[in-house]
Amino acid sequence: MVPEFGQMALVIALVLSLIQASLPLAGTYKGVAVWIDLARPIARTQTLFMVLAFAALTYSFLVHDFSVRYVASNSNTALPTIYLVSGVWGAHEGSLLLWALTLSIWTTAVTLFSRSVPRETVAQVVAVMGMVSVGFLLFMILTSNPFDRLPNPPLEGRDLNPLLQDPGLAIHPPMLYMGYVGFSVAFAFAIAAMLGGRMDAAWARWSRPWTNIAWVFLTLGIVLGSWWAYYELGWGGWWFWDPVENASFLPWLVGTALIHSLAVTEKRGAFKAWTVLLAIFAFSLSLLGTFLVRSGVLTSVHAFATDPERGIFILIFLCVVIGGSLLLYSWRASQIRSTVTFDLVSRESGLLMNNVVLVVTTASILLGTLYPLILDALGVGKISVGPPYFNAVFVPLTIPLAVMLGVGASLRWKRDDAGRVLSHLKWPLVLSLVGGVLFPLLLLPSFSWGAALGMVLFFWITLTTLLWLKQRGGAQGLRHGLVATGRGGWGMVVGHLGVAVFIVGITLTSIYSTEKDVRLAPGEQYTLGGYDFLFKGVRRFNGPNFTASGGVVEVSFEGKKITTLFPEKRDYRSGMPMTEAGIDAGITRDLFVALGEELDDSGAWSLRLYHKPFIRWIWLGGLMMALGGLLAASDRRYFRFQGGDVGGGG
Amino acid sequence: MKARHKRFGFLAVGLGALALAGWLVVNALGNNLSYFFSPTEVAAGMAPQSHQFRLGGLVKAGSVQRGEGIDVHFVVTDTQQEIDVVYSGILPDLFMEGQGVIAQGRLGNEGAFIADEVLAKHDENYMPPEVAAALEKAHNDGVAPPTTEAAAGVVN
Repeated sequence: MVPEFGQMALVIALVLSLIQASLPLAGTYKGVAVWIDLARPIARTQTLFMVLAFAALTYSFLVHDFSVRYVASNSNTALPTIYLVSGVWGAHEGSLLLWALTLSIWTTAVTLFSRSVPRETVAQVVAVMGMVSVGFLLFMILTSNPFDRLPNPPLEGRDLNPLLQDPGLAIHPPMLYMGYVGFSVAFAFAIAAMLGGRMDAAWARWSRPWTNIAWVFLTLGIVLGSWWAYYELGWGGWWFWDPVENASFLPWLVGTALIHSLAVTEKRGAFKAWTVLLAIFAFSLSLLGTFLVRSGVLTSVHAFATDPERGIFILIFLCVVIGGSLLLYSWRASQIRSTVTFDLVSRESGLLMNNVVLVVTTASILLGTLYPLILDALGVGKISVGPPYFNAVFVPLTIPLAVMLGVGASLRWKRDDAGRVLSHLKWPLVLSLVGGVLFPLLLLPSFSWGAALGMVLFFWITLTTLLWLKQRGGAQGLRHGLVATGRGGWGMVVGHLGVAVFIVGITLTSIYSTEKDVRLAPGEQYTLGGYDFLFKGVRRFNGPNFTASGGVVEVSFEGKKITTLFPEKRDYRSGMPMTEAGIDAGITRDLFVALGEELDDSGAWSLRLYHKPFIRWIWLGGLMMALGGLLAASDRRYFRFQGGDVGGGG
Repeated sequence: MKARHKRFGFLAVGLGALALAGWLVVNALGNNLSYFFSPTEVAAGMAPQSHQFRLGGLVKAGSVQRGEGIDVHFVVTDTQQEIDVVYSGILPDLFMEGQGVIAQGRLGNEGAFIADEVLAKHDENYMPPEVAAALEKAHNDGVAPPTTEAAAGVVN
């Protein structure tokens, strides 16, 4: 019964989405107040039914209702409860349901926190999000129904992909989807602005906190995914330029450009048309990400399903969304031209540079990601574009971005003088050049120009950011700057320091990591990066739904024992093997051991050993960026503006 | 500053960024593309001699041999032709005899393929699309034993 209720809830939600997508919008044209005011209640009711559908599927997982095909394919009775719940979004159908639910939640959030926004605008925004919702619900009901029944239910279900049986990956997709789908709010505001012809600073102010929050979720999702790949895949890498990783990184890059361009639109009224375009692109790339991951067109660890019918549906959907919004844009763009002027040396220019570099980077990564698909579709040949391509393109483009980041915040709006800026930034420049070169000379095992460059950028961003804060404090200096600047300012400071920390992580990990695949018999040891790894052997044991070989590796440094690592090799009941790495985490280095395989009867195994300096800084930097975004989104001006009207709308 | 100069400045910066990116992309693409070849194509001499490429097919049953330390030899087949592969490192979890595999590397002097990286399929139901296509092609082009029919059939 429950799955049928779920099914029914989905269909009702679809009908409600259809009304949500049409009536309020029609109301704004015909001037029918009742239709316009329908936007809020109907969006909330739609969300209620989406929650019911989601609850029905979760319930089916919890009670092991294997008559539901999706439940039988992705769970079994031995699965721990947490993975029964996360199993709901462990494969194609359920993750679509999660996506659609996320969209409804965002829509309801908009209806709750938009009391200061004119009701026509709310109606338009809610309607646009309703259209997206219609697309996703149709897709789900027509091609990928999670509630499909099996005629002959099996007694026991199959296993959830063991890669997904991990707390990190249980929450990775919801985070990522909150980010992806969150950009639909910025998108809907942009479309609404074009429909209503209303495009001013107020529009940017409404749109900004939403975009920031979406960006925060996406950042967290990517950081989680990277961290998960590091400890779960057993390869010790943190980013593989895998097409699916790129699929989440592309909207992030455009989203980063968008949050900066929105700042200009809000503060100065410039870049209006450009901001609208970025909002369209950010959401389009989120959809493209779904297409890439969910249609199974990629050879990738993440491609769960291969089903051309679904692929074609998403492709058509993608064309309608992107084509439709670009058409609307070309029709309306002439009316949203900004009339504000600014000089070549100004903060606007700096942010424009930031945007140009981010968009160009996005385009190069998009090219590398889609190139193999395009060639394959044309029948030219099957190629792959390796990680070196992405590194060779991404790194040189990021350097000017990091340099500009230091300059940008110190520039004045509208007009500045190059000489003034140069003399203002003289000391940070000198100090970071000296510090960046001295750091690897004195503190790192060997000097490398790459490391020096990374450290120069670190000092440069850190010093210029602190200088900005000090300037905000006026004569009273840094401490007063902390108080004087609002959360928006803190957000920028924390986010930018996050970039600095991230650069340190990438640079030092890439340059100073050592890794070795070795054969070790029990009692043998291998020395890597000054650490002695002593292999004590392997014992066998059973887990809830797997059997495992657990290795014991003692690590010592200069004769002193530091830690014991327990890498595992698991054989899941589904027949799928998994590697669980043994990791000793630290601020300045990680030690990482993964078991390969048993090589002969003497108990010798192949082992993968890593010494990874500063790798934690990569994720720490990502978390700081996310915190920065969160601080900026919670700036008081967004709430003050709303509070005046019905009393605490925020 | 005159409006004309300003516009020129913006244009110069924008074009400069685009040119830099274009140069980077073209450069990096040229060096880092790797084409896919099946054992039949490699045997026919279609694969590049000095550039890296990807070789895909099935790991021939009974062909995996351990060497010194962590060296390993195995044979990749598309049921028509076979290529020896040499690899030094840890094989992926899902590497198994009789299963699909993709190896990235280049041809060595003695005709064997020296792999820098070995990728196996990602779960028990999944075959890399290139491998599936190569097997199907080999099957269509000539006589393939019945076992391959089953293997190719799974994918279709």
